[in-house]
Amino acid sequence: MTKPLQRVYAVLLRHLYILRGSISRLIEIIYWPSVQMILWGFISRFFAMSSPGGGPSTMGMTAFGTLLGAVLLWDMLFRTQLGVTLSYLEEVWARNLGHLFVSPLRPWEWWLAMMLFSILRALTGMLPAALLAIPFYGFSIFSLGLPMLFFFLNIMFMGWWLGFLIMAMLLKAGQGAETLAWALTFFLAPFCAVYYPVSALPAWLQPVAHALPASHVFEGLRALVKQHEFLTNEMWYAFGLNIIYMIISMTILQIAFNSARKAGTLLQSGE
Amino acid sequence: MTAAITVKNLTKRYKQVLAVDDISFTVKKGSITALLGGNGAGKTTTIAMLLGALMPTSGSIHILGHDMLGNRYPALQKMNFSSPYVDLPWKLTVRQNLRVYGKLYNVPNLEKHIEKMAKELDMIEFIDRPVGKLSAGQKTRVSLGKALINTPQVLLLDEPTASLDPDTADRIRGYLDNYRQHHGTTFLLASHNMKEVERLCDTVLMMKRGKIVDEGTPKELIKRYGRKDLEEVFLDIARGTSAEAAA
Repeated sequence: MTKPLQRVYAVLLRHLYILRGSISRLIEIIYWPSVQMILWGFISRFFAMSSPGGGPSTMGMTAFGTLLGAVLLWDMLFRTQLGVTLSYLEEVWARNLGHLFVSPLRPWEWWLAMMLFSILRALTGMLPAALLAIPFYGFSIFSLGLPMLFFFLNIMFMGWWLGFLIMAMLLKAGQGAETLAWALTFFLAPFCAVYYPVSALPAWLQPVAHALPASHVFEGLRALVKQHEFLTNEMWYAFGLNIIYMIISMTILQIAFNSARKAGTLLQSGE
Repeated sequence: MTAAITVKNLTKRYKQVLAVDDISFTVKKGSITALLGGNGAGKTTTIAMLLGALMPTSGSIHILGHDMLGNRYPALQKMNFSSPYVDLPWKLTVRQNLRVYGKLYNVPNLEKHIEKMAKELDMIEFIDRPVGKLSAGQKTRVSLGKALINTPQVLLLDEPTASLDPDTADRIRGYLDNYRQHHGTTFLLASHNMKEVERLCDTVLMMKRGKIVDEGTPKELIKRYGRKDLEEVFLDIARGTSAEAAA
């Protein structure tokens, strides 16, 4: 293993030890996506069955599939962002930043480790939820095939850059801004067109939605479930936007990191 | 003997506060140098700048020939740091912590190295216990273990024997002295324990209000100030009571 990879592995190992040593954390990671899935699954099935004739309508069942897919993808976005942000906060809570930043660990290695850990964390939460949906509702997100992989990739990308942006804010503002870790992604939810199409938004808000990669993913998901059509242009839009936002967020994070080195807050962060 | 650490005109200013004021010094390879001074003298700020965790306002730092302001990583690979004020992750066991840091420093034969260090630093009985459940003295030993994990050529220690009982503290001092003789490691330590400094250090840098106000061997300083030990010299400098004695 090369030296940089070994350092990335060291950071991953550190977070895996925390996870392994805390059953409550592991349960929490699995619990919330599964509860979300069960709750939204029953709600959407109720609406799907509420056709005038009392039975399931085609439109209702399509909406049901779209909603369940959206619940899973949205949670994936939140969990990925949380995976990055919590990896940072774990170091702050442990007052360990001082040791990390005087080791040969480069910032990019640390960030890569966070991204990898966030995948692991998100998948640990999402897989049981996705598997639960099969016996509960007869809905398998895996049946959507390869396009789903593109949706997931885009959603993870967005989770990463959101996580890095929040991390930059935490570096700048300190632990007082900790609630951002849980709040910021939800602030964007209304504009991401998770549960309704972009066209449902007022005209003046639609450009905001179009500027967010997630809205293109959710539009793509709806088209896939309703029309069995994979809208490649929506995916390219999402990828393009994600790359732009990733560059911006990494630049902001680097600036915040340099600023923390100037202010001396790296060694002082802690509870 | 060549210099392991060369600091020139180092200054750190936080808005209105001048924390370190244009200091210059060298630390010889294989020596133990103490950075002494009262609270707020600028010792921790200086150490943080040497480690690259804090950017100086101006000046230069070279460690083992590497420019710490240009590319600090080659030097960081060969140095380490311990402080009772910077924790290791509490939820991880001692062994897990040492494993993580060993991998960060790419230490070869890591498991054997951890076992050896655990024996030397008397950590065997608590090596599989979470760091958060250790006593203050045990934590200090673990922090020292982490600092020695990569067999550093330069080691910066902030109060290395803080919270240790006199017996353990004495053994740690002996261990550090042997370690230096065996590995040729350069030590720069900040301490408030004058007996420790007298016993261990070749050179003392006295800091006050961000400046280096005096330097020399412990014996030289004691003689220069006409005092019986370093503690009295420290008090003289801290209180400014004997400036003329040293002049």
